[in-house]
Amino acid sequence: MKILVCISNVPDTTTKVKFTDNNKQVDDSGVQWIINPWDELALTRAIELKEDSNNTIDEVCVINVGLPKCDATLRKALAIGADKAIRVDADPLDAYFVAGQIALYLKSNPFDIVLSGIESSDYNGSSVGGMLSEFIDCPAISSMTKLEVENGNVIIHRAIPGGKQILELTPPFVGIVQKGITNEPRIPAMRGIMMARKKPLEVIPAVELQALSHIVEFELPQAKSSCKMIDSEQLEELVDLLKSEAKVL
Amino acid sequence: MNFELTEEQEMIRDAARDFAQRELLPGVIERDDNATYPKEQVKRLGELGFLGMLVGVEYDGGGMDTVSYVLAMEEISKVDASVSVIMSVNNSLVCWGVQKYGNEAQKEEFLKPMARGDKIGAFLLSEPEAGSDATSQRTTAVDMGDHYLVNGIKNWITSGGTASTYLLIAHTHPEKKHHGINAFLIDSKLEGITIGPHENKMGMRASDTHSVMFNNVKVPKENRLGEDGQGFKIAMKSLEGGRIGIASQALGLASGAYELALQYAQERKTFGKEIIKHQAIAFKLADMAVEIEAARYFCLKAAWLKDQGKPYGQASAMAKLYAAETAMKVTTEAVQIHGGNGYVKEYHVERLMREAKLTQIYEGTSEIQKIVISRGLLA
Amino acid sequence: MSVIAFAKNWEGKFKKSTYELVSYAKDLASRFNTQTLVVSIGEVAESELEKLAQYGADKIISVDDSRLNILSSRIYAEVISQVVNKEDASFVILSDNNSGKAISPRLSVKLKAGLAAAVLDVPKSLDPFVIKKQVFSGKAFAYVQIDSEKKILTLSKNSFGLVENPMSLNIEKFTPELGDDLFKITVKSVETAENKVILSDADIVVSAGRGMKDASNWQPVEDLASVLGAATACSRPVSDDGWRGHEEHVGQTGKVIAPNLYFAVGISGAIQHVAGVNRSKCIVAINTDPEAPIFSVADYGIVGDAMTVLPKLTEIIRSGE
Repeated sequence: MKILVCISNVPDTTTKVKFTDNNKQVDDSGVQWIINPWDELALTRAIELKEDSNNTIDEVCVINVGLPKCDATLRKALAIGADKAIRVDADPLDAYFVAGQIALYLKSNPFDIVLSGIESSDYNGSSVGGMLSEFIDCPAISSMTKLEVENGNVIIHRAIPGGKQILELTPPFVGIVQKGITNEPRIPAMRGIMMARKKPLEVIPAVELQALSHIVEFELPQAKSSCKMIDSEQLEELVDLLKSEAKVL
Repeated sequence: MNFELTEEQEMIRDAARDFAQRELLPGVIERDDNATYPKEQVKRLGELGFLGMLVGVEYDGGGMDTVSYVLAMEEISKVDASVSVIMSVNNSLVCWGVQKYGNEAQKEEFLKPMARGDKIGAFLLSEPEAGSDATSQRTTAVDMGDHYLVNGIKNWITSGGTASTYLLIAHTHPEKKHHGINAFLIDSKLEGITIGPHENKMGMRASDTHSVMFNNVKVPKENRLGEDGQGFKIAMKSLEGGRIGIASQALGLASGAYELALQYAQERKTFGKEIIKHQAIAFKLADMAVEIEAARYFCLKAAWLKDQGKPYGQASAMAKLYAAETAMKVTTEAVQIHGGNGYVKEYHVERLMREAKLTQIYEGTSEIQKIVISRGLLA
Repeated sequence: MSVIAFAKNWEGKFKKSTYELVSYAKDLASRFNTQTLVVSIGEVAESELEKLAQYGADKIISVDDSRLNILSSRIYAEVISQVVNKEDASFVILSDNNSGKAISPRLSVKLKAGLAAAVLDVPKSLDPFVIKKQVFSGKAFAYVQIDSEKKILTLSKNSFGLVENPMSLNIEKFTPELGDDLFKITVKSVETAENKVILSDADIVVSAGRGMKDASNWQPVEDLASVLGAATACSRPVSDDGWRGHEEHVGQTGKVIAPNLYFAVGISGAIQHVAGVNRSKCIVAINTDPEAPIFSVADYGIVGDAMTVLPKLTEIIRSGE
């Protein structure tokens, strides 16, 4: 079986967010780029499955729709343990565009399981996985918290409000992954880092596809008014404020 | 002049940082407090390839350059100097010597397991009467024909209780002075070896420091490392590289303490504003930043020279001297910036300050470094 | 031209977020001078569907098929797209919850309709259609313009509120055309947690962190949650150390929630935690450290020991009832 993990290139989550060009562009000077944390969890799980000798996973690949600056992030994915990386050379205009490009790649390069993180930490879109499944006309499992492959059978846990479902299905499908799918994203071993450059990183051209939306402008949040401190001996005051002022009780 | 790191070097630094933050940080205060050997952490260090970074790929190592090693050592030392000293000794003082001076059989038996992290190496040079004055070796390894007979005591041995492989320096021909000293690769379980009690240290308390006693220990002839009488040279050359490791450790202690102090100064308020807005504190942080930057360049330059195959003894001595002094200064200031909070274990900086002191002492005291440097000026 | 809202039901019942969605759809429809339609999928009693009319539904399209009681995003997207085409709707609005997140992207591709996920407000402009959403996990906002003719929005919880707008009840039954090949996933089993308030739905959340010092100190947290009818949550180190379950972890890589009231007890307020809760309407922080970063994002703060503050607070609330 082959697994494809969709990877988004995002700014490190501790980076301060800034905009330029009259708030129309993200200022990425000095930004450290990383693999989107949820995609990284998905990739880690895929590699864990491949390493488990009971499984029949023989290849884990990663795909990204992005510009050349994404190559370093793709090599990190290779360092972590992916076998091959593919980059569709294009500016990721919107989720529809990204999903469309990946779908077209999958048409001539089918995979059994496609994984993607539930959302990306930059645009919080949470759309690419679902859109992709519709493009390639297969089931999508969202809120996937567990993925096991035993002797070619796929067992999935999906979070539902108040509990979980245990599902069985046959590939191909798109798995949309959230926390719980694995414990920690994998740290690349020294050997993996040195081997990353030897693994294939294929750059392919984008296909003509119209995006359906675009961002017009960004905005930074207003500075929050300062915290009202309440004496720990006067907790009745807090309860009153929560009732009358904040109106949340 | 290219001051940029390569993509691999950045990945290595990031991997070390992630490892330190995720797997070393939890429990580091307790491990130091209780002097608990970081068994799981050292195992993970091995799994990720940190214990054999500089060993060639053909010997199961990472085949990485010394610059990468400096970056990894810094990141790990920011969090856990006990673990980083175990890493430094294994890489620089034991693996390096075996790779450079060992024969294929020795590399097969000793180097490969240490590079993989399956076995830990310890470096046995210091003795109760021979610290800075390494030529006053009293431990003897008498040539008995078909084996060497070792007697003596070694002290201050990092990983003394957990190491499987000892690189021992001992005197075979005392009459030849330091030309009669040899290096040996020894299985720590040999009969006649006794491990002394665990040292109760000021800092790096989890690094398993012991004295090791040899009472008529029979060492196979084929375990002598290098040529007869080459032992002192092997020891000194190993220490030259070891200095880069310890300099990087000191750098990590300094930069770790600085990062904590910088964060604290932006959160702590006195007299109506964050303390970083008070010039006294701002200036302290500026001084710390400058010294750390300088220490970093010393470390990277020494590493670069080594990687280029150029002489690096002088550079590594300067790096070790400067970084250790910087570590002591910066960690002390970091405690000061934290005020009362800096004096309690919870805030980490007091541990970093205790750990920094050792970097001025071991693997060549700051005074020894000055001897090396001043002699180098006349060369 | 109409606006269609998808009203998800849970075992035949709607939630507050459903009524907020219908209220929003009504408002959007009125801006475009068009009808508000609500689609319900699965077996739902008329008395329950009636509630949708209360919040402004001009017509309720009920797809009353027992095969569709359990969510399948693929099938639901197909059903909704058939309704969209039948009614020639321009907008589809869903709640930004698990089902909305699963259905909306499929719908987007099916209808070639641009999707703005987790919108926070009414549109900034109607033509071109521009609407506000959160980006960078709450560190900024973006105004998204949807260029396609048909448009899909998912609505963030607690961003609009409930607005009653009683309309006369008008239920239309609809039978979609569904091929058998769509029913591909087998559910082997379902496990439910004990009868706790579900975190993602809760209006009030009491969350605690490492400041509680030990897993055995959680009783005051649970007591406060109990008296408030609140859900419990925790910070990442607490779930990593196993003091509380993973499902309670809120934060950037855990659950992102937006309750009306969020208590952060013994939580320092690291960026990654705040990213998961900063859309809460009101945050109350309780911490022994007056310098803790959480106080800079909280609305109300108490410097004190949780072990004494929480029981006192619980008592005050209990006696006030």
